[in-house]
Amino acid sequence: MKAKIHVTLKQGILDPQGKAIEHALDSLGFKNAGNVRVGKYMEVDLDEKDKAKAETQVKSMCEKLLANTIVEEYRYELG
Amino acid sequence: MLSAESWSRENALSLVSALSTQHFPSALGAMMKIGVVVFPGSNCDHDCQHIFKDVLGQYVEMIWHKETLLAGLDAIVLPGGFSYGDYLRTGAIARFSPVMGAVKEFAKKGGLVLGICNGFQILLEAGLLPGAMLRNKSLHFICKDLSVKVENAATSFTSAYESGQVLKIPIAHADGNYYTDPVTLAAMQANAQIVLRYCTPDGKVTPEANPNGSLDNIAGIINAEGNVLGMMPHPERCAEAVLGNDDGKLVFLSMLEALKGKGKQLKMVGA
Repeated sequence: MKAKIHVTLKQGILDPQGKAIEHALDSLGFKNAGNVRVGKYMEVDLDEKDKAKAETQVKSMCEKLLANTIVEEYRYELG
Repeated sequence: MLSAESWSRENALSLVSALSTQHFPSALGAMMKIGVVVFPGSNCDHDCQHIFKDVLGQYVEMIWHKETLLAGLDAIVLPGGFSYGDYLRTGAIARFSPVMGAVKEFAKKGGLVLGICNGFQILLEAGLLPGAMLRNKSLHFICKDLSVKVENAATSFTSAYESGQVLKIPIAHADGNYYTDPVTLAAMQANAQIVLRYCTPDGKVTPEANPNGSLDNIAGIINAEGNVLGMMPHPERCAEAVLGNDDGKLVFLSMLEALKGKGKQLKMVGA
């Protein structure tokens, strides 16, 4: 099973990289683009057939290491 | 005596520790044993060693991050650098180094732990200090001398300073934008846990004096118990008059004074 994990800064937390990209998009003429958030994307192969068990593991990975939940949030897909 | 079969690094360490503390107390005298943790990617470890050993005449043990035993140490320094290449997040991987379990135990027993720059980031990730670091607001890696105000001179790391003293001290980081939730911030403010703040050269804490967007101009914080301090500025880079600036030296002297029980009467509200 493969987990596809996205980690981004929480809404309301300043994302300086997102802001810089937003300004660059603006200067390229994409005047309608806003609220750019930069994050991380990770893929993890799991030797696990039970989806519920895999989900518990991925959640634990995110809470313990992959995201710092003080400033970041995470979401994932399993498949 | 230890047989060859039972010989191990653990035995060696405990033997050294026993000898130095029990059999030769006068030989070591008032010398303190400072442990400097070395992670893969640490790069200020030898600067910290130099200050404690050569400038202040103490015994320094360099501790590889794989160690799990911290015998006979009086204080621990987590130095600056780029542990594990700052992969994932600064300090995120270092906090799972084998040595960190022992560092946590040491801190829990009230031992002095100083985290400088990357060391501060590791303390945050390890949960030994509250909050987290974000990328600098400007996105730049900033390496320069700044003015930093001692907001609390009644700690084991700042007692040799005057309250409100302004230090010239360098920072060198890309992720020093301190963040915590409003409840934790209010508690830290009420508890005098914000020990160092970025300021103007004449000591005013203003948004313009904030180099990285750090909440409340925070440059350094201490835990509620008063034995773990994290700071982004580098006191070890300005601790010798011969190098033009020794404003940072008193951080290390304060620690030694605290260890010798000669520090100012330390009071931490709620500790």
